[in-house]
Amino acid sequence: MHIVVCAKMVPDTTQVSIDPVTNTLVREGVPFITNPFDDHAIEEALRIKDAYGARVTVLSMGPAPAETVLRKAIALGADAGLLLSDRAFGGSDTLATSKVLSVAIAKLSDQERVDLIVCGKQTIDGDTAQVGPGIATRLGYAQVTLVDKVLDVDLDTRRITVRAKFDNRHQVVEARLPAVITVVREINTPRYPTVPRRLYAEEVQIQVWTNEMLKLDPNTIGLKGSPTWVKRIFAPEREKGEIVMGLGKEKEKAVRLIMQKLADWKVLGP
Amino acid sequence: MSVVESVLFALAFLGSLFFFLRRVFRLFAIMLLGKAEPRFDHLPDRLKSLLLFGFGQKRVIEEPFGVNHFFLFWGFILLQLMVNSEFIIAGIFPKFSLRFLGDILYPIITFTGDVTSLVVLLVVIIAAFRRLFFKPPHVERTLEAFFILILVGLLMIANFGLHIASIVPGQGREEYVPISQILAIPFAGRGTELSWQIAHRVFWWLHAVVLLVFLVYIPYSKHLHILTALVNCFFRRFAFVRALPPMTFKQGERFGVSRVTQFTWKDLLDFFSCTECGRCADACPATSTGKVLNPKEVILAGKANLLRNGSAILAAREGDTIAGTDNRTLVSLPLIANTHETSVSPQAIWDCTTCGACVEKCPVFIEQFPKLLAMRRHLVMESADFPPELITFFQNIEQRSNPYGIAPVDRARWAADLDVPLISEQPNAEYLFYIGCVASFTSRMKSVMTAIIEALRKASISYAILGKEEQCCGDPLRRLGNEYVFDKLARGNVALFKKYGVKKMLTLCPHCYSTFKHDYKDFGARFEVIHHTELLSALLKAGKLQPANGLQHERIVFHDSCYLGRYNDVYEEPRAIIRQATGSSPLEMEKRRRESFCCGAGGGRMWMEESTGTRINADRTRQALRQDPTVIATCCPYCLTMFEDGIKDEKTEGKVRVLDVSEILGGSFTQKTD
Ligand code: SF4
Ligand code: SF4
Repeated sequence: MHIVVCAKMVPDTTQVSIDPVTNTLVREGVPFITNPFDDHAIEEALRIKDAYGARVTVLSMGPAPAETVLRKAIALGADAGLLLSDRAFGGSDTLATSKVLSVAIAKLSDQERVDLIVCGKQTIDGDTAQVGPGIATRLGYAQVTLVDKVLDVDLDTRRITVRAKFDNRHQVVEARLPAVITVVREINTPRYPTVPRRLYAEEVQIQVWTNEMLKLDPNTIGLKGSPTWVKRIFAPEREKGEIVMGLGKEKEKAVRLIMQKLADWKVLGP
Repeated sequence: MSVVESVLFALAFLGSLFFFLRRVFRLFAIMLLGKAEPRFDHLPDRLKSLLLFGFGQKRVIEEPFGVNHFFLFWGFILLQLMVNSEFIIAGIFPKFSLRFLGDILYPIITFTGDVTSLVVLLVVIIAAFRRLFFKPPHVERTLEAFFILILVGLLMIANFGLHIASIVPGQGREEYVPISQILAIPFAGRGTELSWQIAHRVFWWLHAVVLLVFLVYIPYSKHLHILTALVNCFFRRFAFVRALPPMTFKQGERFGVSRVTQFTWKDLLDFFSCTECGRCADACPATSTGKVLNPKEVILAGKANLLRNGSAILAAREGDTIAGTDNRTLVSLPLIANTHETSVSPQAIWDCTTCGACVEKCPVFIEQFPKLLAMRRHLVMESADFPPELITFFQNIEQRSNPYGIAPVDRARWAADLDVPLISEQPNAEYLFYIGCVASFTSRMKSVMTAIIEALRKASISYAILGKEEQCCGDPLRRLGNEYVFDKLARGNVALFKKYGVKKMLTLCPHCYSTFKHDYKDFGARFEVIHHTELLSALLKAGKLQPANGLQHERIVFHDSCYLGRYNDVYEEPRAIIRQATGSSPLEMEKRRRESFCCGAGGGRMWMEESTGTRINADRTRQALRQDPTVIATCCPYCLTMFEDGIKDEKTEGKVRVLDVSEILGGSFTQKTD
């Protein structure tokens, strides 16, 4: 079985602050990390590998430094990493990204048939959750999103059974392989890399494919091929909250104050 | 003595000697299966410690009952020299006697032998009584222990019997054996000459058999320590063992210990040297709060594992050479597993707080907890098999350079309203004040920081902090066995310190202190490290600081942090600060200074669940509360946290306060009314 995991390098958004003057994101000095959802995707692929046997290729589109995402995945146990890196890919929105990724996966599949694609549910920088389904649609693969449990992989009948998570229910879905699944964080706890694997990953050769390999029309990818444009990034306005302190003897006073406020706002009756 | 008897004895003796030596050589060969470790430096000091701790039994007699062992030890040596050597030679060559030594030396020897026999007999009886009726918790009533006591007792009885059997019928010249002569009085005039002759032979053979059994038995039993303990004292470490040496991170290397032969030869000698005295277990905070870990069991399991695996490795070798082979495939018994007696359980490995009490207590200088650290290294780095809460912890430090996972940009938030200079703005500051993670990110530490900074200001000390450039010192990583990440962090930190040309570093936390002062030496750090209690007490002494008034009525009990005390011998400075502030010495707990009891947070335990046994911090808090204090004084953010949790559980919150000594010095806490 050949599993492809799509992983993205993203800025650590929890460390992104908002410039109080311009109200824009301060990205300076913010470290880049593997999209946290993709950490779970990588882990799930590795678990399937451990349970059923598989080759895991991790795929990422991005600038050269994005290869650290691939090395990290290899340190965890992925067999290979493939970086799609070309100026022509830069600025791609979800539509263009899924195009580049699906063409690359199709090409990979020519070398070694791809049976399963695992993606994180969404990225923490774009938060669209569109790329996984986009890939599946373009490749004509079955797709199950929001998976929180892989129940079974049957290689003889070429079927995968998964459980998808919704607000207040679960759905058990059986899909034909090849399929795309996108996973939520609850699916697993990512493992920790061993040092021998890390040392191997530090030195291993990472394959890089440019558009010369994929031969995509530059007008259909990158900025030019992206119908979505980011107009402005800003922090939504929020009224400042208030903390009512009250420990020990002050407790009663604090409770009375809160009651008063709630009454003033007409949350509580008189 | 007949020729037949002599021949019989000679054969028995040679046979026993053969088995003894074969075993000893085998153990030696097994010990050499360990990896290299340099322990041949400081030879004069080594000799001194052999005399002081080996022959002088200095650590043995630190415990009240150790004196008994002192007498046993010296009795044993004297008897070998004065009685048994003559006995054995004369057993083979009946004409032999030590009389040739002359009319002064010979009487002294026989006299000493006689008196020593009585002493040893008494010591053995006392030891048996203690084990039977006054057993301390760490001493066990094993069959083996009684067997050896009986053996030694029999030997003494046989010795006296021999003398009596020749004194009563008036044979031989037994002039210089007063004890035997007194013992012979009740028998005077009884029995025929023949019956005494028979008795003499019976006692002689009893003595002979017991002696030979003893000889063979030693290297097969816990009394192996008779042969190894002195050697272990000779090869001891001189500085307190704080960490394992750094590693090279190259593909193909091993990272930690999962097989017993991956230990060094000195570790293996440690296994062979354990006297099973149980003092380490008695001192261990994990053992005494009912955790799985028991340092003595760790050493004994290591020994059992080594004997089994070592023998298998040796047996599989071609010929009886001592040359190394690849042992990897031959080691069958796992070292880290949940099987008792021949392995160490992962739970035990994680239970350790690296407090060092075991090492400090061991009479024969066995290093118990570093072996656990070596196994932690394996578990973390080679098998990524560790308690789940550590995953986030490791990732937080690796990605955000602090255990909390808070963004590094927020590291200096605590200083926002304190007007603290940054080193990037004041590169010429005398001290780099290294804050550490706990003080940087927890609100409780703010008042400690305020107190110290106020003191620094009053004393006009020039200092600066790193601000958001500061990173974790890596202490918990190293203690938890994550040397790989520690290595990277340490190198990064050293480069940062070099960039700012740091010459003196002031630390708040004893863990940062010890790590920078010692562990970082291997990573190229060359600066002086000073703990805040050291600086503050020096400033007080020099009159540059005045303690706050009005603390005379406080009852302050002081707790020694393991990493400041045992790890660095800083005991006086924090006490001096308290003395200056209150006018009197702090109250002391029973377990203090070298024998202090860990708060439970060291060795990375601060960041782990404590789910087995009772809580270490609760135990230590109760020890402190026994002194009926108004304040528990600490000098470590970990200890402070652990005690604050402890007094919450003890419901003494509000009545007893937990304070850093700097807060006591500043007196700021007296003005607070919450
Ligand atoms: S270092 Fe402390 S906790 Fe660890 S085994 Fe020794 S005494 Fe016990
Ligand atoms: S390791 Fe040391 S202290 Fe512990 S039982 Fe053995 S000899 Fe005693």
